[in-house]
Amino acid sequence: MENIVEIRGLTKRYDRKEALRSIELSIEKGKVVGILGPNGSGKTTLIKLLMGLLHPNKGEIKIDGESPGIHTKSVISYLPDRNSLYSWMTVKDALQMYQDFYQDFDGKKAEDLLQFMKLERTMRVSDMSKGMKEKLNLALVLSRRAKVYILDEPIAGVDPVARDQILDAIIDNYKEDSAMIITTHLVRDMENIFDQVVFLGDGEIILSGEAESLREEKNMQIDDLYKEIFG
Amino acid sequence: MNFDSGLPIYMQIVDIIKTRIVTGILKNGEKLPSVRDLATELKVNPNTIQRSYGELEREKIVFTQRGMGTFVTEEKSILDGLKDTMAREKVTSFMEDMERLGYSRADIPGIIEKIIVEGK
Repeated sequence: MENIVEIRGLTKRYDRKEALRSIELSIEKGKVVGILGPNGSGKTTLIKLLMGLLHPNKGEIKIDGESPGIHTKSVISYLPDRNSLYSWMTVKDALQMYQDFYQDFDGKKAEDLLQFMKLERTMRVSDMSKGMKEKLNLALVLSRRAKVYILDEPIAGVDPVARDQILDAIIDNYKEDSAMIITTHLVRDMENIFDQVVFLGDGEIILSGEAESLREEKNMQIDDLYKEIFG
Repeated sequence: MNFDSGLPIYMQIVDIIKTRIVTGILKNGEKLPSVRDLATELKVNPNTIQRSYGELEREKIVFTQRGMGTFVTEEKSILDGLKDTMAREKVTSFMEDMERLGYSRADIPGIIEKIIVEGK
């Protein structure tokens, strides 16, 4: 199987503090990977490195065979952990912006997703609840035909109904020829969609593996394992 | 859907489908939901459903026709065997519970009979 993401010996320091230490991770096409850890464990730093927003002190990242840069940015569709749209925008404006920015944007897919999320084209971002903003951002991110989807805390702080819609949208948009990397600390709600999980604590990988193998080996669900490791 | 036991999720889904077959929700020869539809219904990764279908196929409970989908077997002996296996599992786990309550295996038939009579 082909690895779409390769991370080798990745270390990132802020001043003296090590935010990530010797991270090793390979991700195959068609896999959904959960990066699990409490706040401050290094999840967001890892994502910023993947996005090329930060540079590593040591080690390397290869995405679709290349180091983070212009090419990798064109193949990654990224959902940040906070709303990335301007508050004056309507849904229609946001669609137009994505259409203009991204060559791989699929307008038809976006229409379907917005309908599924029950978002009208005339709604304004400034009038939306947190859950609605999250749904809009996710609909746009999933409408790109990307090779890697990175979703940073996609269900944090949203109501249960929106949470279910978000999970359904992620499952329905699973693609065999791309990979998804999802960070979360809400393990119970999301664990069933992961092929592979990585427990990140204090900047290090504490445990990683196939979710089903870990369940079998430890005789518990991933959420229970998470509580055992971080509880 | 939450999967609470310590078993891998694909095995819990195998059990869900076996129960649907034995209880007649899925009939002999009937087409199973597509991998994607069942993934959406149970809110799990499609790869997990694929693995469950693979396991059911290995056990010859379902078969796949290329381009058509996955179907419940029509072989009666396999379906009878499945029902028998599930009944044995239920009874075995029931007996283990009773033993934990302090009854011996020999006590169990009498207790069942008493409850059946009382229920009439």
